[in-house]
Amino acid sequence: MNTIRLDKARDPAFKRQVEKESGQNLSLCYQCGNCTAGCPGAQVYDRQVSQIMRAVQLGLKEEALKNRSLWLCLSCSTCSARCPNDIDVAAVMETLRMMARREGWVQDRPIESFWKAFLDTVKYTGRSYELGVMADYMARTLRGWGNLEIAPMALRKNKMPFVPSVIHGREEVARIFKRYAEKRS
Amino acid sequence: MKIGVFVCHCGSNIEATVDTAAVARIALTYPDVVFAEDTMYTCSEPGQENIVQAIKKHGLDGVVVASCSPRMHEPTFRRTVERAGLNRYMFEMANIREHVSWIGRDREANTNKAAELVRLAVEKLRRDAPLYAKQFDVTKRVLVIGGGVAGIQAALDAADAGIGVVMVERESTIGGKMAKLDKTFPTIDCSSCVLAPKMVDVAQNPNITLYAHSEVESISGFVGNFTVKIRRRATYVDWDKCTGCGTCTEKCPTKNVPDAFNENISTCRAINIPFPQAIPKKATINPDYCRKIKEGKCGVCAKVCPTGAIVYDMADEIVEEKVGAVIAATGYDLMDWTVLKEYGGGTYPDVITSLQYERMMSASGPTAGHIHRPSDGMEPRNIVFIQCVGSRDCSIGRPYCSGFCCMYTAKQAIMTKDHLPDAEAYVFYMDIRAPGKMYDEFTRRAQEEYGVQYVRGRVSAIQPTVRPDGKVGYIVRGADTLLGKQVEVDADMVVLAVGVEGSHGAGHLAEILRISYDHFGFFMESHVKLRPVETNTAGVYLAGVCQGAKDIPASVAQGSAAAAKVMALFSKPKLENDPQISLVDIKRCVGCGKCIKVCPYQAIEEVDVRGAKKAHVIETVCQGCGLCTATCPQGAIQVAHFTDNQILAEVNALCQC
Repeated sequence: MNTIRLDKARDPAFKRQVEKESGQNLSLCYQCGNCTAGCPGAQVYDRQVSQIMRAVQLGLKEEALKNRSLWLCLSCSTCSARCPNDIDVAAVMETLRMMARREGWVQDRPIESFWKAFLDTVKYTGRSYELGVMADYMARTLRGWGNLEIAPMALRKNKMPFVPSVIHGREEVARIFKRYAEKRS
Repeated sequence: MKIGVFVCHCGSNIEATVDTAAVARIALTYPDVVFAEDTMYTCSEPGQENIVQAIKKHGLDGVVVASCSPRMHEPTFRRTVERAGLNRYMFEMANIREHVSWIGRDREANTNKAAELVRLAVEKLRRDAPLYAKQFDVTKRVLVIGGGVAGIQAALDAADAGIGVVMVERESTIGGKMAKLDKTFPTIDCSSCVLAPKMVDVAQNPNITLYAHSEVESISGFVGNFTVKIRRRATYVDWDKCTGCGTCTEKCPTKNVPDAFNENISTCRAINIPFPQAIPKKATINPDYCRKIKEGKCGVCAKVCPTGAIVYDMADEIVEEKVGAVIAATGYDLMDWTVLKEYGGGTYPDVITSLQYERMMSASGPTAGHIHRPSDGMEPRNIVFIQCVGSRDCSIGRPYCSGFCCMYTAKQAIMTKDHLPDAEAYVFYMDIRAPGKMYDEFTRRAQEEYGVQYVRGRVSAIQPTVRPDGKVGYIVRGADTLLGKQVEVDADMVVLAVGVEGSHGAGHLAEILRISYDHFGFFMESHVKLRPVETNTAGVYLAGVCQGAKDIPASVAQGSAAAAKVMALFSKPKLENDPQISLVDIKRCVGCGKCIKVCPYQAIEEVDVRGAKKAHVIETVCQGCGLCTATCPQGAIQVAHFTDNQILAEVNALCQC
């Protein structure tokens, strides 16, 4: 592992940016590790939540954004519930995901693709459309046959209808996406 | 009248943002000001000497110092002007540090504001009159509230100095929390072996009157002359007759009473003596459980008592004591950790508090010093200690460190290894706080000599499981932040180092004593650094954890310190009152009596002046609070040094600026 020259590597603007976007005060974190202790994804993370929080505190952008943990996070918010300092850690993780996408530092493309596939179906039907998500995901990643064995069961239980169910207010949902796109541009 | 004004730089504290020389120049234009200058440190010896010389040289009648808050240095400067032959009340202070320089950066605006505050002080001083203190007698006895180790130390030290002590203890025995401990850090010496002799001394010292199973009902009066009403709660046993033989506690048929002394991990009888070394060693009946008191049937204890001490119809009794000072030493309670549902919220039988574990390890405790877990009596192999439970946790409103948990956890882990050499002890910690003498060495010993496994991280949750052998286990899931991994321990028992808060009822007592207290039930000291045992109420002192979390050595030291303060107070033959008190203008007084009703000190009485009813202030009782002044419809009662005319003059001065 390389020694990190803190005087050179630190980017205080990054910490401020994360604080602004997440609405959380990162200086409140005293590194007790309770977010890591409660995290159901901790076993598969390449960097623990508390370590990501530490990286943000120090302003080490790459350490914070370039990891798979952000994409393995389940957004279950156990970290936020356990934090003794009332930091919404899950919101910080969400902010970091968005930043990682903007910076092009996403470390797990398939998971990102799944997200996009899911959001696309919501955009067009107003709610989740399982078969659409599957098809979209396969198209994006050129793989995904791995889960095909659950299809017969899902079909039999009518968990994966061929025709998407469309909700009232589909247009309103679509407008949310549109507004978001406008805001970003 | 000739007034001198001294504007202090306070190093750079004031000078950095206030042009003190300009303030002095402006001050010279105020009425009656004949001398003004700026000085580097007015409170220093040369600074004070400068004031003395100026008073003599210019024949000053009064002095204004524009500097810091009067809290610290008003007494200093009053002594200074007194040294130069002026009356100490011919002095006024303008606070241009806390009220000006520390809160604003604009030098010009600050300078103007400082000059205005000086003008206020000058206008007040022009209306000041010399005041003289009255002397009054002191009752040289002290009330000690709480019989824990801090209170015991304070009582013994005061009694040794020949001061009469009235000790009030809420429980039926003194000893407090320390009496419950098995061993103490960092020496691992037996707690009751060092405490019990002191408890016996309290009982045997002729200067100490002990009221156990009693509470302070009310306190009236003022420093030197308090009247205390003490409620002696009914014990249903005539303690003059009770010999503490214990026959009643053996024969009592009600066996399901939670044993508070053993932190409710065991039961006791409805008539009980808390522990063998109890002082006083007398039996007490718990009326919530006693069958005779509740249902009128039973009466076994009365039949077996060899001295006929049982009195089922005993009632509370109020006794009155006169004292000159009060030491509050009410200690602490553990915070209600059951709010932490992730640790079971009190529903897991083998997740216990450190105090419960302490009772379990004590040879005089319910398990006779053998460590068996509560649920099935199994001897635990893996014991997890969790620190900072309810400490340093803003999410449940507990931001503070409880101070001594790191040390007792290390002690309990060492003791665990002593009791059960084959057991593993894990300590989940955030930081190890061991700054006392031989303390850090002690926590190192736990790891180096005894092999206690310290894990740096909090515990997220405790999950009960059933193991293959059918026994219950507890999966403790935490983090090792040094390793950067989530970790788990399958524990047999979990000990929580629960944080402390002020003793229950501390807030109510603070109101009785007229002292301040914080959100957590800790009493406020007068000055956090320089007056740590005094309160802002004269004659009321603090000792032990009631003032803030601290360990036994610090509690004992504060007990002695509080006793020393009382000795200093009582060393004077008479006390002097503060002459800034209310005075009645009998020409204006219409005898309506409203001031008598509002006075919180009973300092105003009704007198007959040539056939007319008038109010009269008892000078040594009045504390100068000003409630009467605000109430009097005629403006007939005025607090000296703060008369309506003086305050209006200040307001006028401010409006002219």
